[in-house]
Amino acid sequence: MSDPRPTASPARFSPLHDVHVAAGASFTDFAGWQMPVRYSSDLAEHRAVRTAAGLFDLSHMAEVSVTGPDAGAFLDYALAGKLSAIALLQAKYSLLLNERGGVIDDLVVYRTGEHEFLVVANAGNRDAAVQALTERAAAFEAVTVEDISDRVALIAVQGPASRAILEATEGLETTDPLSSVRYYRTTGATFGGGTVLIARTGYTGEDGFELYVDAPDASALWAALAAAGQDHGLIPAGLAARDTLRLEAGMPLYGHELGPDTFPAQAGLGRVVALGKEGDFVGRQASEHGPDPAARVLVGLTAEGRRAGREGYPVYATADAEAVFDALEGMVEPAGIITSGALSPTLGHPIAMAYVDPSLSAVGTRLFVDVRGTRIPATVVTLPFYRRAAV
Amino acid sequence: MTDQDNLKYTAEHEWVSIDGDIATVGITAYAADKLGDVVYIDLPAVGAELSGGTVVGEIESTKSVGELFAPIDGTVTEVNDAVVDAPDLVNSEPFGAGWLLRVRFTNLPELLSAAQYRELVGE
Repeated sequence: MSDPRPTASPARFSPLHDVHVAAGASFTDFAGWQMPVRYSSDLAEHRAVRTAAGLFDLSHMAEVSVTGPDAGAFLDYALAGKLSAIALLQAKYSLLLNERGGVIDDLVVYRTGEHEFLVVANAGNRDAAVQALTERAAAFEAVTVEDISDRVALIAVQGPASRAILEATEGLETTDPLSSVRYYRTTGATFGGGTVLIARTGYTGEDGFELYVDAPDASALWAALAAAGQDHGLIPAGLAARDTLRLEAGMPLYGHELGPDTFPAQAGLGRVVALGKEGDFVGRQASEHGPDPAARVLVGLTAEGRRAGREGYPVYATADAEAVFDALEGMVEPAGIITSGALSPTLGHPIAMAYVDPSLSAVGTRLFVDVRGTRIPATVVTLPFYRRAAV
Repeated sequence: MTDQDNLKYTAEHEWVSIDGDIATVGITAYAADKLGDVVYIDLPAVGAELSGGTVVGEIESTKSVGELFAPIDGTVTEVNDAVVDAPDLVNSEPFGAGWLLRVRFTNLPELLSAAQYRELVGE
């Protein structure tokens, strides 16, 4: 295992960094990368994605190329899903498990050829993911694992206007018409002489596309997308909006809802672990055993008012701290902990994801979030908090 | 809009405007920008006795929680209800309509000048 703590290595910059500086972005450190946290207003950026479209630089994400005749079989062994079964141009969400059944990273895998896959990992897990994949490839003769992150930029266009914007983008020629590219499918494309992989995937709960492009072409593609989006309400959006968007969509974020000591089943991702697939895979034995029945499970919480419970805030089964203290004459352990929380920009009330004791996880259960000393009532709800209207 | 050069400042990124024995308090544009879009503000009630340097309120953005420190000892004479209703005023007009409190004080502690504050935040 590599050390997950941030290192003192110098900051990394996206190939689009100068574009963001020129746009007046505020930056934040994300896994050692200096990335835009917002351009002007994170609420405006959030709303643009829900109502029009947002343009995101996700070049900090890690891309790993997996190629060779054994690529499918290797991924079936290395990851929790059955990746050999996905069709050409299809994408699949999967998990990289450790032997204990915990999560090293969550990833999206694209099948780009009969024997070619693109594995996209979280920026903060790049080294751990590449290391695990490389080690697990040793048992296979005909597979090559290559970290191509530094050569690849990733731009996302997310929101209901996304397709119209891509179709209007000067110089972007798709192999298949975007109208025929369904959710979690991809198409090849060209831009300025280079190739682009366009995937109908995202992390916002909206329709949208992710464009994998050679790093030297990223600035020109960004500019072309921005120009095409002018008539469609497209604005650049930073990581602050990305986080509130994914939270509303109930999507887990590694390091918050997922980690090395959390079973996917606890996070509601049991279906991602393909116990039915043939052959062994890393983490199978532990996954078949599953988490302890008393292990906490991930729930959605909503509250009234505007004071949001945030990451790390404890959750209690009772509102009255004093009474419980008196009764037990000692510390009362919280019944859970919030892993992500914010005032939902779309819904206007606080939302949170939290790990709670299984006995308190039923939808409708009344819980109390300790917001800096005040117990705020909250209710367990079904995830996601926000679902886009069907088109 | 208040003339920012004539305001006093604290290291906790509050600005203070003095008029007689009344101090108007807000947070600086620098602080508002660092917080991001402010979505919730919790202020002390009118009549509350403030002790300088203690936490008397909260300013929450979508991403984080900022604490409001009392810049001086005194009694709250007025709170800006408009900013409680529309917290984004802190972002759009931090030195104007986004003011937070008015406090009656007896002693004025040493506060930072505009130049000192600018130096503090590196601007």
